[in-house]
Amino acid sequence: MESVKITNAQKAILQLKEVSVSYTPGKYAVKKVTTDIYPHTITAIMGPSGCGKSTLLRAINRMHDLYAHISTTGEIILKGKNVLEMDPMEVRRMAGMVFQQPNPFPTMSIYDNVLAGYTLNGIRLNRKEKDEIVEQSLQSVALWDEVKDVMSKRGSFLSGGQQQRLCIARTLALKPELLLMDEPTSALDPISTNKVEELLLELKQKFTIIIVTHNMSQAARISDNSMFMYLGELIEHGNTTQMFTKPQQKRTEEYLTGVFG
Amino acid sequence: MNQDKPISFTSRKAKDKTAYILVWIFSFLAMVPLFFILWDVVSKGYKNFNLRLFTEVTPSSVDALMARVNGDPIPGGILNGITGSLLIVGLAILLSIPLGLFIGIYLSDHKGKKFASTISYLTDLLQGMPSIVIGIIAYAWVVKPLGGYSALAGSVALAIMMLPMIVRSTEETMNMLPVAYKEAGLSLGSSYTNVVFKILLPSGFGGIFTGILLAISRVMGETAPLMLTALGASVVNWKVMEPTSAIPLLIWDFYNDPNLVDLIWSTSLLLLIVIFLLNWIAKIVARKWKV
Repeated sequence: MESVKITNAQKAILQLKEVSVSYTPGKYAVKKVTTDIYPHTITAIMGPSGCGKSTLLRAINRMHDLYAHISTTGEIILKGKNVLEMDPMEVRRMAGMVFQQPNPFPTMSIYDNVLAGYTLNGIRLNRKEKDEIVEQSLQSVALWDEVKDVMSKRGSFLSGGQQQRLCIARTLALKPELLLMDEPTSALDPISTNKVEELLLELKQKFTIIIVTHNMSQAARISDNSMFMYLGELIEHGNTTQMFTKPQQKRTEEYLTGVFG
Repeated sequence: MNQDKPISFTSRKAKDKTAYILVWIFSFLAMVPLFFILWDVVSKGYKNFNLRLFTEVTPSSVDALMARVNGDPIPGGILNGITGSLLIVGLAILLSIPLGLFIGIYLSDHKGKKFASTISYLTDLLQGMPSIVIGIIAYAWVVKPLGGYSALAGSVALAIMMLPMIVRSTEETMNMLPVAYKEAGLSLGSSYTNVVFKILLPSGFGGIFTGILLAISRVMGETAPLMLTALGASVVNWKVMEPTSAIPLLIWDFYNDPNLVDLIWSTSLLLLIVIFLLNWIAKIVARKWKV
């Protein structure tokens, strides 16, 4: 694959080596994707519907394990270890995921939602540790001031945008290495979307973010690097600005200029 | 069909009105038997519906006859039936809930798989099984081997009857929960067991609990299987290995004893009240716990 240089000279935090995912034997939704992701960057995965961008993202934290008919092959190296050979529970704590629809747990309060990762993993904390984690996590998604007086209310009490930031806080609370986001703003209004995007730019100081988006301008606004996928193949991966101004591949150019999409 | 000819507005309105009135009348007719049942049970049952009904055991036929001759009220109540029903149904709940929950979760998780589909089909069969047959099965499985009628045998029979309802309501509730909750829980590194017990079951509590209440209200009035298993008793019994009475069993006993026949109506009234209460609570829970 020929492509422009990827921003960042550091050592890759995540390496994909010939990663393929198939839903039915012999039919691949993701075909031999090989690339590197660098720490403290935002990488946007773009492409038309059905091109395999979510499928690739979900391979990274082993979400495909939930469905017996999906098989993932190749190597996914996260911080030197092959994800496909690790304990999936450990992988998922290292690579947190935020979904398209905000999904705070309906029976838990805002406070308990932030701590859900700890409760679910059976990690016991004292009151002080809990308070600290909750405040820190909510501060880092700029939600603390909005909810600090309504901590005991259910998560569903919040607006859609607030709920999504709560879900991001819930993921961050476990201090993951990698943040995987599957179209996190597509169910949100423009103002909430803007807030989440600003938030991501802040969060990349501490985390590495991979975001699936079908919104090209979002990719252009926030990502350092972009991956363009088409029919399961990674067509191009490179610095976002260069890719949007001077794409190397004809299909990338066609997609970005709206020839298909 | 003739598409060209427009149908006049008035005739359409008239048709609509006729259909509306017909639907209303038939709906009303369907309710008529219920009103009569309620009227009969309340008007005949209220006389003996007093404290004594709840605090005293069933009188002997002779005592009841003497009271009748002297023009006194029936000297006794149905305490043995109330405690018996509590014991038998309570035990049936303990037996059926864990099993029903696990099967329901399994079925919703393995939708479309061969084994799960078979289990699901068998559950449907079990739901349609006549209660007397279940009574006979419980007789063969529990009464015979243990050498006697017992509350436990009655509970086993009722638990078998409750099982398909609990399985079905658990399965359906689980299916209705967005898959996002499961995925979100697992994406936090949780084990599957923790996702089920800390997220899915609490989220589906309303639906599952409603199903359990309806199952209880259904077996509460079951008589046939108890005749073959719990048998009945004229004293209050809390021992699971002893014959035990139950409210519906007493109704059957009263029916067979002309001296006690007056108690039928107040006992039926109590049973109806309990069942209405359970249904009412089920409705409230279903509404309050919508996810």
